Amino acid sequence: MSFLIDFSILAFLVITAVTIARLRDLWAAIMFTGIYSFLCASWMLILDAPDVAFTEAAVGAGISTVLMLGTLKLTGNRVPQCKRVRIMPLGLVITTGLILGYGTLDMPHFADPQAPIHLYPSPSFVERALHDMHGLPNIVTSILASYRGYDTLGETTVVLTAGIAVMLILRRDKTSSGDSVGKDSAGKGATK
Amino acid sequence: MKTFPIIRIITKILIPYILLFAFYVQFHGDYGPGGGFQAGVILASALILYGLVFGLHAVQRVAPPRTIEKMMALGVILYAGTGFLTMFLGGHFLDYEMLEHDWLADYGVPAGQHLGIFLVECGVGITVTAVMTMIFYLFAGRRRVA
Repeated sequence: MSFLIDFSILAFLVITAVTIARLRDLWAAIMFTGIYSFLCASWMLILDAPDVAFTEAAVGAGISTVLMLGTLKLTGNRVPQCKRVRIMPLGLVITTGLILGYGTLDMPHFADPQAPIHLYPSPSFVERALHDMHGLPNIVTSILASYRGYDTLGETTVVLTAGIAVMLILRRDKTSSGDSVGKDSAGKGATK
Repeated sequence: MKTFPIIRIITKILIPYILLFAFYVQFHGDYGPGGGFQAGVILASALILYGLVFGLHAVQRVAPPRTIEKMMALGVILYAGTGFLTMFLGGHFLDYEMLEHDWLADYGVPAGQHLGIFLVECGVGITVTAVMTMIFYLFAGRRRVA
């Protein structure tokens, strides 16, 4: 039964990916990327990674779809038809795909207890976390926020920087708050 | 999309649950799956859904861009501030052991590592919510140039 679900989700992923590549209507393609993200989220859930699934469902299927639709409103929703099959890019893509596929052969099987990630340095964390955290049961959170607190601070700063960059690039016309001060400083930042 | 009754009413029913789920993911992240980033994007998606259905103007009355702008930085300040607080209390940067205290321990007020993780995750949640919402505002507020 579980196999049936695994295979159907993976098959749907492949079908959706091929459909996206073949579609010429960008609006439909964006809808399909939303479906693709949602299938990914289901797949993450099967792989016992619910927090990644939350993120994928909210960001991939939700927010980025909305942002792409917003972009589509500003551009057009058709790409020019291309009849000719180009050999060179096709060969390049197929070769890269084969190399990547070959690379996965070296990877440990799913849930293999001998996989490097399960041997180092994870057992020490699993053993230590409950004691170090004074009984906080979620090891993932303790690693992210406590043992790897510096990394997470860096990631949060990256998110902030990304937000500031988007503000600098996109904020031209007056927003409803109509702040001329923010606009000026944004313009200054862009010219620097 | 305000004129479609089904979309409008379903959105109104769904948004409280999305918000509740976001806060659950945020504050239960120490025990169950989740944390600041997940909660942030879920909270932002609730705001974006509201904006999609009721218009940019309506959502900007709920969460004004100026406030969102400041919240973007506030989260990082809260995170780094926790680090400086632990330094001030005599430990290393982000050394949560320094936050240990006995104040109202019987009422479940977090202390030590728990308090540190709680504060830090709050910081992450605030920044992620604000950045995602701000990016949506910027995309939705732009007019077609040509």
